[in-house]
Amino acid sequence: MIFTRRGNDVRLGLPGWIFVPAAVGAVFVVLPLVAILLRIEWTDFVPLVTSESSRTALLLSMKTAAISTLLCVVFGVPMALVLARTEFTGLSVLRALVLLPLVLPPVVGGIALLYTFGRLGLIGEHLEAWGISIAFSTTAVVLAQTFVSLPFLVVSLEGALRTSGRDYETVAATLGAKPTTVLRRVTVPLVLPGLVSGAVLAFARALGEFGATLTFAGSLEGKTRTLPLEIYLQRETDADAAVALSLLLIVVAAVIVVAARGRRVAGAL
Amino acid sequence: MKRSLVTTLVAVGSCAALLSACSNADDSDALMDSTEPTSASESSSGSDVTGDITVFAAASLKATFTELGETFEAEHPGATVEFNFAGSSDLVNQIAQGAPADVFASADTNNMTKAVEGNLVDGDPVDFATNTLTIVTAPGNPKNVTSFADLANPDVLTVVCAPQVPCGSATQKVEDATGTTIPAVSEESAVTDVLGKVTSGQADAGLVYVTDAAGAGDQVTAVEFPEASGAVNTYPIVVLKNSDNAATAAAFEALVTGEQGRKVLAEAGFAAP
Repeated sequence: MIFTRRGNDVRLGLPGWIFVPAAVGAVFVVLPLVAILLRIEWTDFVPLVTSESSRTALLLSMKTAAISTLLCVVFGVPMALVLARTEFTGLSVLRALVLLPLVLPPVVGGIALLYTFGRLGLIGEHLEAWGISIAFSTTAVVLAQTFVSLPFLVVSLEGALRTSGRDYETVAATLGAKPTTVLRRVTVPLVLPGLVSGAVLAFARALGEFGATLTFAGSLEGKTRTLPLEIYLQRETDADAAVALSLLLIVVAAVIVVAARGRRVAGAL
Repeated sequence: MKRSLVTTLVAVGSCAALLSACSNADDSDALMDSTEPTSASESSSGSDVTGDITVFAAASLKATFTELGETFEAEHPGATVEFNFAGSSDLVNQIAQGAPADVFASADTNNMTKAVEGNLVDGDPVDFATNTLTIVTAPGNPKNVTSFADLANPDVLTVVCAPQVPCGSATQKVEDATGTTIPAVSEESAVTDVLGKVTSGQADAGLVYVTDAAGAGDQVTAVEFPEASGAVNTYPIVVLKNSDNAATAAAFEALVTGEQGRKVLAEAGFAAP
């Protein structure tokens, strides 16, 4: 395949061999999805995914992931702005620390949260004294999800902010706009596609959160047992139910990614 | 701008892929260990005990079987034992999917029945140990839990196993027999997660196996209750059908079910069947 630039003699092309590893990679990603589709017992599919416990788990997952995404936006946008638009010593160290949950195994995140917000934790101990208990509550699920998905939003938004540059902001400021006005009228609209894709990534990550939730929040139907935890439990006794629920989670994730992609492309123009 | 956004997305996406790969790492590692070819088993038709065998054993047997494995290798130079410790239901699934295993030791009879019905075993399973439930609390038992009925108190944050897993079905059995309903704050998929919630101080009390309590040492206080005898979990062991080293596999089974096995298991808190 050769791409030709209009009005220019330079021919940009991909070497043919690149398609071989690309195809292997694509098959590697797609094949497990096909395998799971082939394992579905379609006759039982509807009763399995619409069972009371499945619906409860899905509802809880959607609810907690939505709240977590909201928290990610509320705290992540300012974090990305600080990381992308300010200069101070220790900034790179700060960035590395903030993005750490990206590379941390989720179970480690769960243990860390336990020692922070747990009943005997750094903060949890004092919260308990005030009568606030996070242990085994839906709040614990939201905390775990926010912890693991926040860096996703920060990373994508910071990238978008750096790429968009400061030119328009500078012009707006020169014309007398106050920093808050510049932020609201120039910066945010410019990086909106980046913000949307960041939020979608954060939502998807929150939806799939498993390790930190299991370690930190526990597992109780309607309270802390999200869809991934329900799948993990169903697998113990009913492999078909686990497979059906897995497909449900895949479909939800795919719908979100596709919907967001459409918006992102439109927004980028 | 568009292109770099895509780049960011791809970068973050691959991070996500890496992350999820990590979270599944222990499972696949366990499988990796057990899928080593048993090439040294030339003498599979002979009666001498040599070569490699792979033992699939319930997670609760980790400490005892590791010790017995060392004993076995010391007694039979030339024989090596590899272990894959996991939940019994996972192990049955792996064996049914063709994982190369020579011996299967289950933490309950249900999963062993699955293996038998799946025509995966060679010979009859032998019961080699039993395990019962016990209450564990934070060290010193600050909430003063003295009986099973005390767990019905909602002020005592109690964690149990979900009814779908063996320890949870045992819990359910005791609840039904005593007419006690535990307002559990969490129903975990694994007994180790119940223990973890108690040792970390998240929960006031938990229901685990006697052996888990023994293994946790002074991190917990065990409160035994008489009703536990109504829900005894039996551990069966069997040589698997597609073992290519049945002689060595049978020798290992004999060690576990024999006197030496009993001694090691008893030290860990397992009762005789």
